[in-house]
Amino acid sequence: MRFLLNLSFRYKVPLWGSLLIVATAAIISSTLLLRSYEELKSDLLRDATGQGRTMATTLFPAILHDQVWRAYEIIKAPFGRESGDSPGQAEAFVVLDRRWQVYVSTDPESLPMLADFRRLAPEYAALAEIIAQPGSETRLLEPDGSEHLFMATPIREEQAHLGTLVQIYSKKVLHSRFLKSAEQAALIALLVTVLLLPLGWYWGQRTAVPLVRLTERMEELGRRLPDDLAPELYDYQDELGRLYRAYNRTLQELREKEQIERQMIHSERLAAIGKLTAGIAHEINNPLLGMLTALDTLRRHGELSPRTLKTLTLLERGLLQIKETVGALLVEAKVKSRDLAPQDVEDVRTLIEPQAREQGVSLRWDNRLEAPLPLPSSSVRQVLINLLLNAVQASAPGGEVSVAITAASATLSMVVVNGGQVLTEMQTAHLFEPFANADAHGHGLGLWVCYQIVRQLGGDIAVESEAHDGAGRTAFKVAIPLGTPR
Amino acid sequence: MTLTRRTFLGACAALAMTPGRPALPAKALRVGMTPAFLHTQHGLLAEWRGYMEAKLDRPVEIVQRDSYRETIDLLRLEQLDFSWVCAYPYVYLRKQVRLVAVPLYRMEPYYRAYLIVSAKYAHLQSLSQLRGKVFAYADPYSNTGYLVPRYQLRTMGEDPAKFFARTFFTYSHHKLIQAVADGLAHGGSVDGYVWDSLDALKPEITRRTLLVSQSPEFGFPPVVARRGVADEDFAAVQKMLVMMRYDPRGKALLQRLNLNGFILGHPDLYDKVAEMMRAFGED
Repeated sequence: MRFLLNLSFRYKVPLWGSLLIVATAAIISSTLLLRSYEELKSDLLRDATGQGRTMATTLFPAILHDQVWRAYEIIKAPFGRESGDSPGQAEAFVVLDRRWQVYVSTDPESLPMLADFRRLAPEYAALAEIIAQPGSETRLLEPDGSEHLFMATPIREEQAHLGTLVQIYSKKVLHSRFLKSAEQAALIALLVTVLLLPLGWYWGQRTAVPLVRLTERMEELGRRLPDDLAPELYDYQDELGRLYRAYNRTLQELREKEQIERQMIHSERLAAIGKLTAGIAHEINNPLLGMLTALDTLRRHGELSPRTLKTLTLLERGLLQIKETVGALLVEAKVKSRDLAPQDVEDVRTLIEPQAREQGVSLRWDNRLEAPLPLPSSSVRQVLINLLLNAVQASAPGGEVSVAITAASATLSMVVVNGGQVLTEMQTAHLFEPFANADAHGHGLGLWVCYQIVRQLGGDIAVESEAHDGAGRTAFKVAIPLGTPR
Repeated sequence: MTLTRRTFLGACAALAMTPGRPALPAKALRVGMTPAFLHTQHGLLAEWRGYMEAKLDRPVEIVQRDSYRETIDLLRLEQLDFSWVCAYPYVYLRKQVRLVAVPLYRMEPYYRAYLIVSAKYAHLQSLSQLRGKVFAYADPYSNTGYLVPRYQLRTMGEDPAKFFARTFFTYSHHKLIQAVADGLAHGGSVDGYVWDSLDALKPEITRRTLLVSQSPEFGFPPVVARRGVADEDFAAVQKMLVMMRYDPRGKALLQRLNLNGFILGHPDLYDKVAEMMRAFGED
């Protein structure tokens, strides 16, 4: 039983459904059977009563005039007409006289004329006792344990009682007839079951399969975010359908939450890297400046051999390169600078165009700025230049880089789009980290600088990279709020 | 039944109003039939009637009764002109009727009584073994079906009234055979001619009976006329019957009746029957 209860709904629902169908079919057919048996019996009773009365009436004069043959013809008549398996078919009719002698019977061999009816069979003796009890009407007698039903009709007219007509019916006939109907009922029940079972099974599956899918996904929830449930799997408004939608909604919320978490981790990491970088840069800058000053002093005041001079120059060049690199790491967005004017943007264009031409990349420029904006022009320009250089380098020859700059809703928005290769997930994840994208074209600090500047200005920078019409489409979107404290 | 109660009463009235004799040629001849043969062959009877009408050139009415007694009464009341009767009624009415013709059965004017028992009681092999059994008689005025077995019992020194435990009449030899076949009666005495005819027609019934013994031969149930029948009518009918075996249509009818023909018989043929009747003081 436990095993049955533990079964998957996939099997349990159709199984219980089938069980119900079979049970219903069984109950209905057995009820009908019981009814048909009762009807069969009452039919027999009715037919036999009518027949018995008719015969008793016509038997009266025949017996009165001692016409045995006539009496025989009367009781024999129903046997000739009826077919073998009719439920009304009697086994035998017997006419008894007042002394329980067989006057005539349809079966002279087992119920011979003149024989004492009571001695022919033990059940007849019991029957005779019942018949002897007062009661004038036709009576159905059903002695216990007997294989026969008896119908006794007195042969009398007014006060003259000549005897009794006993109709003997075999229960076997009734039983075989009953079995016949039972067979039919069973057949119909089977047919109904065969027709209904697939329906029940289908319905069960229809309910169980969505439940099973839902369960599978819920179980996955702990490990990873599962897929959405296809809504067409169960597109109804009942509880299951609502459960489906609730699940999908929850899943959606979980995904969003996960994304936000990921973004937070990402920006926290970037912030940590920024702090670390700035700290290191400062730590390096201080001795560096000291070293450079020392070198300068040495060169100016010392009597130096040409060989030493050469070494000093080499040292100075190396230290300057370190300074340059560290300087790039030390992004300082909030340097004193004038406000961003539309012309600043146009200057960037002039600056970039030769590079673009060299690469065979066309520029589509859409500058909507009309008035100066309260943002440090040098920082914004640096962001734009970095993004553009990046875009031009990412583009294949013949490609296009588009730029859209707008200022609306107190936000400066810059969107730079290139048609180069789509960024991998890995690349996207570490895009704004220093040296993450170092290659032949640079040390990979461009985007890091952009990120640091935009963040310091209180803005956001995001990247969208996706395959689009067979080509890649990578868009960097920068949004910087205006009016941030300068 | 050819004659309904209404036409019978009508005929009586007609007779009463037209007492003049001889009968007008258009007047129907009334011919009685008894269960002496398979009288339930209504189709055959109708054909025979047509044959008689054609030969006699006058209407013929067939009158059927289920018991010999009724036929006897009709003859006595002059309600019948001619009748085919059993040997017993003929002897019984000898003074009131004239012998017209006697059928030829197996080329002889004789027939016998068969003692039959039910095949269910095949161990009963003689009349004496039927003591205390149920015995079926055909008709109280039947020769083979009543007089013969009773006479045989009397010859054996038995009292026919006490020999059997139970007797009953079937009022037809055909039904008597049926009663014995069904085992309702252990045995019975039946017209041999009827048993033979039924054996040819419906052997499934006779097969359920066993022929135990045959009686000596008696004159075959004859066709008789009431005394009052006009001589020319008597002659015409006698001629018609005797000539049947020489007429193709008549011969075909005879074949179906299982007879060879009719001959002019002699009352002496029935002396044996009269003797048996005398034994019971009934002549």
